[in-house]
Amino acid sequence: MSTKKNGMSLRNAYLVGFLLSLLLTLCSYSLVTRHTFNNATTMALIASLAVIQLAVQLIFFLHLDREKRPHWNLLTFLLTVGVLIILVFGSLWIMSNLDYNMHPRSDTEEYIIKDEGFHKN
Amino acid sequence: MKTPPAQLDKTTFGFWLYLMTDCVLFASLFATFAVLRANTAGGPSGKDIFDLPFVLTETVLLLTSSFTSGMALLAARAKVHKQVFFWLSATFLLGAAFLFMEMREFTHIVSEGHGWRMSAFLSSFFTLVGTHGAHIAVGLIWMFVMMFRFSASKISANDLRRLTLFTMFWHFLDIVWIFIFTIVYMFGALS
Repeated sequence: MSTKKNGMSLRNAYLVGFLLSLLLTLCSYSLVTRHTFNNATTMALIASLAVIQLAVQLIFFLHLDREKRPHWNLLTFLLTVGVLIILVFGSLWIMSNLDYNMHPRSDTEEYIIKDEGFHKN
Repeated sequence: MKTPPAQLDKTTFGFWLYLMTDCVLFASLFATFAVLRANTAGGPSGKDIFDLPFVLTETVLLLTSSFTSGMALLAARAKVHKQVFFWLSATFLLGAAFLFMEMREFTHIVSEGHGWRMSAFLSSFFTLVGTHGAHIAVGLIWMFVMMFRFSASKISANDLRRLTLFTMFWHFLDIVWIFIFTIVYMFGALS
């Protein structure tokens, strides 16, 4: 996992990873505190910054790029990411549906009229 | 007992698989938090209780400790005995400062009357962030034990193996914290 690749030494890799992570953290912090954009845009931006920082730390701290074939660490990581996405977004999806359908009857009727275009006779 | 390189690769891969299962644990806590974050039951929302500069300081402490743990590993590989002890102590102090700040934050929120019993949001917040904090506490104990080994004798293959696994664990905790920082604190401050 840690054989020296031509190019950057491990010491420099840690240093670059540290500085990049610091920069990304400060970027997302100032985006939130300065309210440069509206909430939805800021959320999308800082979520992307978090994913970039994940990649930075996987490469420069955990050295996934230096792994020899057959890249078991990378493959198991990607599988885990698949599980995580299903778990998190699946939960959000199911629970928002439940929330929608489990409201008191009068609320549900209002929603149906509003969202689905059905009308009471 | 000596650890040949192929064996070390197998050990680190096994530990990597453990970290992946720990990812799934954190993912279920993140999912719970994401579902429940709006359910404040009349209590405070994230915006009311989070102190952003405080959280940024915590984040920088943990990130720096992730870096110093990497430096400790490099020093151990180069067999520079004193440097290992120095970097490991730095990592320990930064990690301990992080955990101390987190406990201060928790006690502050609870003393304001916003304990975990108050709402689904607070329950899921304390569970997610507290589980990360518990991992940090385990890491601190692990480091404390290793520091004695590195201060007492020369670096054996076993010590190097322990330190390799420890740095993986510590980097992993920093990665989890990126998402706690973003999803819990930054998203919380926005909505």
